[in-house]
Amino acid sequence: MAEIVLETHGLTMRFGGVVAANNVDFKLRARELRCLIGPNGAGKSTFFKCVTGLQTPTEGEVCMRGLETTQWLPHQIASLGVGIKTQTPNVMDALSVFENIWLGARRFHDPREATRKTHEIIERLALGSIARADLGRLAHGERQRVELGLVAVGDPWLVLLDEPAAGMSAEDVERMTGIIHELNKSAAIIIVEHDMQFIRSIAEMVTVFHQGAVLMEDHVDRVMSDPTVRNVYLGKKA
Amino acid sequence: MITALVTAILIWVMPMFIGTYTLTVLVVYGMLGLSLGLIWGFGGILCFGQAAFFGLGAYTYAIAAINIGESTIPMVLAVLVPAIFAALLGAMMFYGRLTDVYLGVITLVVTLILFKFINSTAGPQYVIGTARLGGFNGIPGFQTLNLPGNPDAYIWGDSYFYVCAVLMAVVFLLVAALLRSSFGRIAIGIRENETRMALMGYDVRARKTVLFAIGAAIAGLAGALFANWGEIVTPNLFSLSQSAEIIIWCIVGGLGTRVGPILGAAGLAYLKFLLGQQSVIDNTLITGLILVLFVLFLPKGIVPAVTGLWKVSFASRPLGRVHQQRRMRQRERFNG
Amino acid sequence: MDLSVVILVEMLYAVASLILVSAGLAVVFGMMKVINLAHGEFMMMGGYATITAVSLGVNIFLAILVIAPLVVGLIGLVVERLVIRHLYGRLVDTMLATWGLSLFFIGLATMIFGNTTTGISTPIPGFAIGAYQINGYNFFIIVIAILLLVAMLTVLKATRAGLIARGTMQRSDMAAALGYSPDRIYMATFFCGSALSGLAGAVLAPLVGLVPTSGGAYIAKAFITVIAGGPSLIAGLFSSAGFFGIVNQIFTFAISPVIGEVALLVAAVILLRLLPQGITGKFFKGKL
Repeated sequence: MAEIVLETHGLTMRFGGVVAANNVDFKLRARELRCLIGPNGAGKSTFFKCVTGLQTPTEGEVCMRGLETTQWLPHQIASLGVGIKTQTPNVMDALSVFENIWLGARRFHDPREATRKTHEIIERLALGSIARADLGRLAHGERQRVELGLVAVGDPWLVLLDEPAAGMSAEDVERMTGIIHELNKSAAIIIVEHDMQFIRSIAEMVTVFHQGAVLMEDHVDRVMSDPTVRNVYLGKKA
Repeated sequence: MITALVTAILIWVMPMFIGTYTLTVLVVYGMLGLSLGLIWGFGGILCFGQAAFFGLGAYTYAIAAINIGESTIPMVLAVLVPAIFAALLGAMMFYGRLTDVYLGVITLVVTLILFKFINSTAGPQYVIGTARLGGFNGIPGFQTLNLPGNPDAYIWGDSYFYVCAVLMAVVFLLVAALLRSSFGRIAIGIRENETRMALMGYDVRARKTVLFAIGAAIAGLAGALFANWGEIVTPNLFSLSQSAEIIIWCIVGGLGTRVGPILGAAGLAYLKFLLGQQSVIDNTLITGLILVLFVLFLPKGIVPAVTGLWKVSFASRPLGRVHQQRRMRQRERFNG
Repeated sequence: MDLSVVILVEMLYAVASLILVSAGLAVVFGMMKVINLAHGEFMMMGGYATITAVSLGVNIFLAILVIAPLVVGLIGLVVERLVIRHLYGRLVDTMLATWGLSLFFIGLATMIFGNTTTGISTPIPGFAIGAYQINGYNFFIIVIAILLLVAMLTVLKATRAGLIARGTMQRSDMAAALGYSPDRIYMATFFCGSALSGLAGAVLAPLVGLVPTSGGAYIAKAFITVIAGGPSLIAGLFSSAGFFGIVNQIFTFAISPVIGEVALLVAAVILLRLLPQGITGKFFKGKL
């Protein structure tokens, strides 16, 4: 069995009287790809924020490769080699694609190596034609792809993606799928996602959140055919 | 290289038009403008109290010069003391994750505290070493700049202007180098998107603190040079109107450029000097009007507007519009 | 015994004057999220309006309570139409523009009234408590501050305009969607805010020698009181004015007035560091 890279014990997050995440136990092994699904307000985004340090959980603990990171801030978690992409495209708008990715590379490499890495990523992500363009002028799909480039350039061993396919064209989604599979060769990946089509195309293991807790955790096909899941999630969507 | 050449020509030509006494203070103000232009235009830190570091530099120099009787160590202290003070203040603010308005309030309030405190130290019990703080009367009669190691060889008049101009050029080149370095690029990244930079593993708090301290060091140096020029330091150096002026220089000159704040400072200070010679219209009124008009009609400042025009007219590709959009986006980000 | 009465009155007075000084700014900030850095100059103009009216033979209370707020309110209206309305939603730009306005008005006042100190005497005589002399006008200020809070509460709670105002404070987009023109609401708000600043300046005018730069003394205090108060208008105003007023007076009595001022500012820095959302961001949530 591969090493456990991410683990939570009894992770709980309360906002006033609302329990957004309730006693979540979660395990992820190296090079695993896992999708988190669930209806709106199911707690998957809260879970994501607690794991990435954007929020500090009320109770419970988060461990990464055996290190307890519960109270850590996002930059400390990212420095471990964790690549994070938030829901909306979160990039440096006034800077070019090259500059954006270079900043991602510079965190882990000296300037010369960072430049080399940046070229490599730009080639891998087929961003060459827009490398000099400012991010603010790019289309949504391109911005999402650049942000994946920011994530990939750090050679992460754990990648956390919040709705990477949201609002993208079919072509963009296909490209994105390719990039994610490529990343998955060296990193464990968690994807928070709504789009069932996309999930089917990418994942095997799925964790279903419902009312702040984990409802079930199984292979995507079995999850899809499970009556409880259909009821709480798919039923509502239809 | 070009910068050095342009600077050399300017230093040579300018004294033919404006007296070196006036020019010296324009250069000093230029340096002060640059200090805020660096942290605001490139780091996204809007400091309402840049005058605090300017005043702190001037007072540090004056007090140290009286105690030591030689100018070299006081000059060094005038850079270090504001930098350390800013590092502490910045750490308190940035590690508390304070942003925009709150940053504004705290820097403004700290400036006021210093102003009120210094203003109230007229009594003979307020001394540091052999220097009396003098309250609202200020501190006169300190040792002015001398050749290092020789307290009797004063540098004054034309030579003092050349010293200031060369120091200004050196600071400008250092700032340019800083902005080209990784530190500078990362600072710009943080200005653009703090959260993303944190998610990429950068410690935003530490970096902003360091940049803030660098800005304060430059302001402190400007303060010390100003003290030498005026041969007296008064609490007015800490005043809110002084802080307002620095902000106006940056806005008028143009944020996100290196020369903008310097030109804005020198230009507006010279305008003020000219206006000071007439008494029809009040000086403050015009300063205020300029600020309002610029915020309303030319919010990105003169230098970006001119370079934008230049590029529209002469470049094959209309870059000007892109630059304009970029500036507007930066402003939107400042405005939260 | 006498001393403690005097100290109590002084504390009440300190809190009351902070409320007065900050009310105009708080209304504008609470409703429009606009920081008006010319607030101090609006107060200064209220003072000059009062002095000018009195020297023309108008009754002093009429000048303070009616003329000054009206004059400054109208000036505010012009400022809103010419400058502020172009900058809504741009917090930092409005701060910069109003800072420019503040300098503009200082210059204007200098040109009209000259750079000399003017003043009027207080209309209410002082009296003695035991061995201590108390300024009778301080009571007037305390009463005005109480009336002001009560009036603001009544308007916000019990009138239709107040309801619209509360709605706008919560969600300006929704108020607009319900058919209330935000443009007119903002205009009215800025008028009220400016009038309150004018009133404050007028009320305080007999206590201070007025110069064109007088406003600078108030803006920082008003600014920190409002920001430290947080999102709730009246609860925020009351709690932070109370806190700062008491801190100020304790240090004033214990050491000196200057240290009192400095202590107030230091308290503000510490408070904002601990409660970045202001007092009502943490306590009294959802109150007015």
